[in-house]
Amino acid sequence: MRLPPQPNERIDRSAELTFSFEGKAVSAFAGDTIGSALYAGGRRIFSRSFKYHRPRGLLCCSGGCANCLMEVDGVPNVRVCVEPARAGAQVRAQNVRGSLERDLLSVVDKIGGPFTPVGFYYRTMIRPRRLWPYYERFLRSVAGLGRLDKHARRTNRYDVEHRHVDVLVVGGGYAGVEAARRHARAGRRVVVVDERGGDNPGSDFELVAPARAIGIYEGGLVPVDAGGILYRFRADHIVLATGTIEQPLLFPGNDLVGVVLPEAVRRLVEDWALKPGERAVVIAADDRGLDATDVLERAGAVVVAAIDLRDGQPTRIEAKGRRGRLRSVVVGDREFACDLLVASGTPQPAYSLLAQAGARVEYDRRRGIFLPTELPANVEAVGSVAGELGSAAIPAASFDGHKGRCFVCLCEDVTEKDVKRAIAEGFDSIELAKRYTTVTMGPCQGRLCHLASIRLFAREQETGPDSIGTTTARPPWAPVSLGLLAGRGHEPAKRTSIHHRHEEAGATIMWTGAWRRPHSYGDPAAEARHVHEAVGLIDVSTLGKLLVQGPEAAPFLEMLYPNRFGDMKTGRIRYGVLETDAGRIMDDGTIGRLSDDQYYVTTTSTGADTVIEWFEWWNAVWGMDVEIVNLTGALAAVNIAGPRARELLARVTDIDVSNESIAYLDAKEALVAGVPSLLLRIGFVGELGYELHFPSPYGEYLWDTLLERGADLDIRPFGLEPQRILRLEKMHILVGQDTDSESNVLEAGMPWIAKLDKENDFVGKWALEHVRERGFREQLVGFEMDNGVVPAEGGQIVADGSAVGRVTSARLSPQLGRVIGMAWVRSDLASEDGELRLKVNGNLETARVRLKPFFDPDGERLRS
Amino acid sequence: MSFLLPCPNCGPRDVNEFAYAGEVTSRPRGAPSQRELASYVYFRRNVAGVQREWWYHRFGCELWFLADRDTLTNEVIRTELPQPGDATPAVEQPAVPDTPAV
Repeated sequence: MRLPPQPNERIDRSAELTFSFEGKAVSAFAGDTIGSALYAGGRRIFSRSFKYHRPRGLLCCSGGCANCLMEVDGVPNVRVCVEPARAGAQVRAQNVRGSLERDLLSVVDKIGGPFTPVGFYYRTMIRPRRLWPYYERFLRSVAGLGRLDKHARRTNRYDVEHRHVDVLVVGGGYAGVEAARRHARAGRRVVVVDERGGDNPGSDFELVAPARAIGIYEGGLVPVDAGGILYRFRADHIVLATGTIEQPLLFPGNDLVGVVLPEAVRRLVEDWALKPGERAVVIAADDRGLDATDVLERAGAVVVAAIDLRDGQPTRIEAKGRRGRLRSVVVGDREFACDLLVASGTPQPAYSLLAQAGARVEYDRRRGIFLPTELPANVEAVGSVAGELGSAAIPAASFDGHKGRCFVCLCEDVTEKDVKRAIAEGFDSIELAKRYTTVTMGPCQGRLCHLASIRLFAREQETGPDSIGTTTARPPWAPVSLGLLAGRGHEPAKRTSIHHRHEEAGATIMWTGAWRRPHSYGDPAAEARHVHEAVGLIDVSTLGKLLVQGPEAAPFLEMLYPNRFGDMKTGRIRYGVLETDAGRIMDDGTIGRLSDDQYYVTTTSTGADTVIEWFEWWNAVWGMDVEIVNLTGALAAVNIAGPRARELLARVTDIDVSNESIAYLDAKEALVAGVPSLLLRIGFVGELGYELHFPSPYGEYLWDTLLERGADLDIRPFGLEPQRILRLEKMHILVGQDTDSESNVLEAGMPWIAKLDKENDFVGKWALEHVRERGFREQLVGFEMDNGVVPAEGGQIVADGSAVGRVTSARLSPQLGRVIGMAWVRSDLASEDGELRLKVNGNLETARVRLKPFFDPDGERLRS
Repeated sequence: MSFLLPCPNCGPRDVNEFAYAGEVTSRPRGAPSQRELASYVYFRRNVAGVQREWWYHRFGCELWFLADRDTLTNEVIRTELPQPGDATPAVEQPAVPDTPAV
């Protein structure tokens, strides 16, 4: 049922649409909200309350309270009074067992009262303890509002946009628009954010609506929720025109369906042409509240009484109802039969964003409200939020009645009695009482109960609200969906230029840091054995690659690494380990000298970014004549490894690949299949091997060419897992796997790296000297299991009942036919063939210490 | 934290674009005693007030620079490029992620 067309109505009567509520079709006009369409269809009960499951109807009708929370298209807790009606939307009631009209859980209201006082869950249901799981299961099923669909998938796309403006105005009411125009006239770029949609009022500023400012953060950051997009506004100047919030009065029965705030009347009549009731009583503290009388009369309702609290306060107010619906109102000694009660106290400026921006908030005794003061320099408050209000009465903190609950906080079902009880129990500070009663902690975030609770608290404590203080205003000021904060569902991944070839070959792909890499191509053990027997090919493009060049390149590297580099001949390579000044192993890799003043440095795949920052940092400190160029993405890299690697390489390059021409740890530039490449003869996997570094765009071409030309040599790609088996056979460490924040090169068994006699200082030198002086506490060693059990990585090594070490790596070596591994052990245990006792699945297993590589201990195959 | 930090190269940017690397320390010269070494590696002044510190424009120009920032208010008083011999990093770099691969 609609009223005749209203002058400023927001509905378009020519455009009808249909959505469903609890499976039944509801018709609406374009411009309706879900709430207004349901109201037009005769619905008055919109929700059941949090704790007592009392029926609740529209109260503020402006998205402020929790009275109309419903589930819309699977999203719980939608304020339907401001949610635009969409064709086909699926709307359901929430927090209900049964229907909104008949909710089984309303039994809590009828009989549970004495058993569910404030804080009951802290006291009851605690003993006996063994019954707690049952209590918990029951409480979990009835607690909370709304239900999340556990199987829900991300459906909406959310984006973030960073914007910078001269002036940001929050609130598009009269005062906000005036301020926007004033700033625009001064030549500033102005954006106005408003909760309600509408036509752009002109070209002098930009209107972002419907949208809500979530908060004000450090640096003038104002995140604005505009539905599918989160604007992160940075403004030099912020104008807050957030207006006021109408405050409910406290009296018994103040939550009955039919008790509303004046704004609800205005919106129902003027925006949606709906008649809020037939017989109405209006009780208000100011002109704006009393204006509801005119609005109601224009809509054809009978106003049976209009009470201006400025003319004196009634001794008693009580709303009486039946089945949760208002039937009559008692004011003083008179009772009025009615179906609508418009009741409001002193409007409270919506200061929350101002407080977040740094303003102080003070209680104004004269007006009975909190007012913002001492605004920060770049923040301005205009309109009623700044206190520009007409005269208003200060209503009593609560009005007496004969019976019925008097609600302070509608969201959390906290009554006047609850607050009194909390005070009686000793919660005498507002911050404590708030946490105990949860008043102001519900979905309205104190909009409708903050002022009321403080005034009630003050009356009960026999003091003034100004001495009670306020609770802290924190973001989010408006409810915001987690999806919006999370943004788009990105999981950034890096792929090498050869990645698609791995997928085509059926590789199992795994994460390593941000990289996606082949775990194996189906059979890690066979792939590992193949490298020993024939030739394998692995994509190592993920390695960090740096060019360090300049007259001081050698001294620069010598200060960064414990190694020596100045004496290295051009065309040679050295293994290097980076340490911090704490002596901790940071990363490892190879350093090849390309010319007098040019070095090619590789790092681990996951450590590349860290190492580059580390190099740049020290270069910023020392200011040496060195340039660092990051080639990680620019170059791809593959490793050809195995006894037939040389034969394959000879086929694709024109340079001499003999052992005399390119010996172990030689670096050489060459054309490989026509691609300019850097050839590094190194052997992480322990076989004769060449690492080719070449421009990334040739990745697939070179990969294909090598597989094609090596087909008759039985070349086979291998993944990371076989590589890990192979490197373990050689006892080559993996930084981060075999080392941790305590590891240094000396105890990790690589003393030859640390040139403590180097004439120059280097990072980590003093810490290593200290380790050498104090002696080793732990050492990284290899071990071989007596049986075929593979211990878990991280597993304990025990001796005499206490832990004396831990396993860092363990694998079955298909080549050796034994389980091998590496472990940190107390240094007295680090002797060849010493016995170790490993805890594996609760059993103690025996292993033997090995100090030399398990496979090819003297590196003959590497050098062959 | 959502303050703006002026990169000497790029101008004011959101602090989330930068990596913070701690207060500036002075690296001992010569052969430090154990006490000096420990204090350089592990101890920070942690002032409540203006402190000189290292920042890296990680999601920007990848430049290291120094900032004078008030740790109480996050007000950045000045940023500038380091001069040779200005100060020395000692803060531990973040640990290598737990899925190592060479």
